[in-house]
Amino acid sequence: MNCIIVFLKEDPKMKIKNTDKLRYAFRAIVFKEMGDHFRNKRMLILFGIILLTCIGSLYTAISGLKNATPAEETESSFFFLKLFTLSDGTLPAYFVFISFLGPLLGIGLGFDTINSEQNKGTLSRMLAQPIPRDYVLNAKFTAALLVIAILFFSLSFLVIGAGLIALSIPPTAEEFMRIMCFTFVSVIYVALWLNLSVYFSVCFRQPTTAALAGIAVWLFFTVFAPLLINLILKTLEPSPYAPPYSQYAFQQFQFAIIQLIPNELYSQATSTLLMPTIRNLGPLTIEQIQGAIPGPLPLGQSILIVWPQLTGMIAVTMACFILSYLRFMRKEIRSR
Amino acid sequence: MHTSIIEVSSLTKLYGNFTAVDSLSLSIEKGEVFGLLGPNGAGKSTTILMLMGLTEPTAGNIRVCGLDPVRNPIEIKRKVGYLPEDVGFYDDLTGLENLRYTARLNGIPELEANTKAHKLLYDVGLEEHINKKTGQYSRGMRQRLGLADVLIKDPEVIILDEPTLGIDPAGIREFLDLIIRLSKDEGITVVFSSHHLQQVQQVCDRVGIFSKGKMHLCSLSEKDINLDELYYRFFEGGPKNEN
Ligand SMILES: Nc1ncnc2c1ncn2[C@@H]1O[C@H](COP(=O)(O)OP(=O)(O)OP(=O)(O)O)[C@@H](O)[C@H]1O
Ligand SMILES: [Mg+2]
Repeated sequence: MNCIIVFLKEDPKMKIKNTDKLRYAFRAIVFKEMGDHFRNKRMLILFGIILLTCIGSLYTAISGLKNATPAEETESSFFFLKLFTLSDGTLPAYFVFISFLGPLLGIGLGFDTINSEQNKGTLSRMLAQPIPRDYVLNAKFTAALLVIAILFFSLSFLVIGAGLIALSIPPTAEEFMRIMCFTFVSVIYVALWLNLSVYFSVCFRQPTTAALAGIAVWLFFTVFAPLLINLILKTLEPSPYAPPYSQYAFQQFQFAIIQLIPNELYSQATSTLLMPTIRNLGPLTIEQIQGAIPGPLPLGQSILIVWPQLTGMIAVTMACFILSYLRFMRKEIRSR
Repeated sequence: MHTSIIEVSSLTKLYGNFTAVDSLSLSIEKGEVFGLLGPNGAGKSTTILMLMGLTEPTAGNIRVCGLDPVRNPIEIKRKVGYLPEDVGFYDDLTGLENLRYTARLNGIPELEANTKAHKLLYDVGLEEHINKKTGQYSRGMRQRLGLADVLIKDPEVIILDEPTLGIDPAGIREFLDLIIRLSKDEGITVVFSSHHLQQVQQVCDRVGIFSKGKMHLCSLSEKDINLDELYYRFFEGGPKNEN
């Protein structure tokens, strides 16, 4: 009898112990990586750039809002959200800045994830420890993601705080929730670029090559892809006298092809979240518009509108992740 | 009864058309000290990588502690310590911190890890450099730290790839003594690769002499085998034939 009890007691304990050890190892990697990120000079530079742009666009937004404060309008028009979207033309608005600089942050955090460990000779030592290979990828990704989340949420709170002081109007609950959603979407957007650069760091032995590859993709999507898409759309554009259905199909096509650009997904999602008056993103027919009451949407409806964009971004992130996983799992790990 | 802890049969590794390891069969017993001897590019490191599941064999079977490194790499890595050739550390951490990090990856509780790390650093002769950043370590100091790093998980088997590279003569003697002590006192199986016949002769029970992916087994207890001759045949003979 004693024997059985001992047996029952021992067996599950042993099992839990190993999974506990794994969780412990995972946490150890995450903490170490986060510490490395925060200590890194490169991170300081990236944080500095983003902080400066944030302060710059916040300044223009606040001065713009102060000049034109129709006091009675503040309640209904989501005054507080304008901190994130307003621009006087000299500097882009905050969310436009993030759509431009976010990729740089993601690439900067991820481009040497695996290859630098390999070049230092620590990767083979790390993989000789009893942890699954994908833990290395997962933990490093988690660490970078946490760093990004901390950065963005603190920036958002900074903007809210500055807005409180400068405008002396508190945000409504809905405005606050919208800002949080916006921040969350920003984190996902940067995570996408992070995962892409992690993939490059698995592919290329030289960190500089990986960084350049990431920057190339970024430039392609911010500069060349819009040009290319414009070119395609120009050649396909129906004449103004074409039948309405072909006009409509063209509009649909235009909407679809633009969404191949991740930056565009992000701007669509965030502008909808930050401007409650945006009621839809694609083309609409006259019948669809008929009877619509102009006015702001509740948050839930806004989220519904951007749901496709959101899942799109998450899907691309997952795709990058799976690619790096496949590439990394069966890779030969020589010492250097 | 002898129990073999590493069991390899007709192991082959191809890189494209190039055969790095050619149908190798080998059985290493528990508590044995086994040396892999051979010139550059003979396939020693490749064999070791396959034992650790860090690269996949093209053909053949491997059993380490009764487990298959392709299917069960994690279980094996709990029991086997591996020191890669030209080992690297996190330059901005001290020797002690590097060891503690490895301990964490092995799921060793913090307190235990700390005492173990101190003891091991003392054992490998780094007690004066415990709190020095590894970026400031010399080549030999890194190699010594590597040995401590391997031992922190209390392994049953240690596989060392050219562990004596860069260590000074006195250090090599200490190191070889340490290996003998580990195998005698704690029953750890040791597999290590080297270019130096002398070192291997001093500590190993058996050696496998590698040449162009093939291995020739010799037992050092058999007095009639002229190891020197074999060694020269493999090391000097190869290039000479080509010239
Ligand atoms: N990724 C690779 N692709 C092609 N050939 C490779 C690769 N890695 C190793 N080789 C070849 O495999 C052979 C065995 O290499 P290995 O590293 O096992 O040699 P070694 O015995 O450890 O030599 P050394 O004493 O120099 O460490 C070499 O001829 C090498 O050129
Ligand atoms: Mg080698």
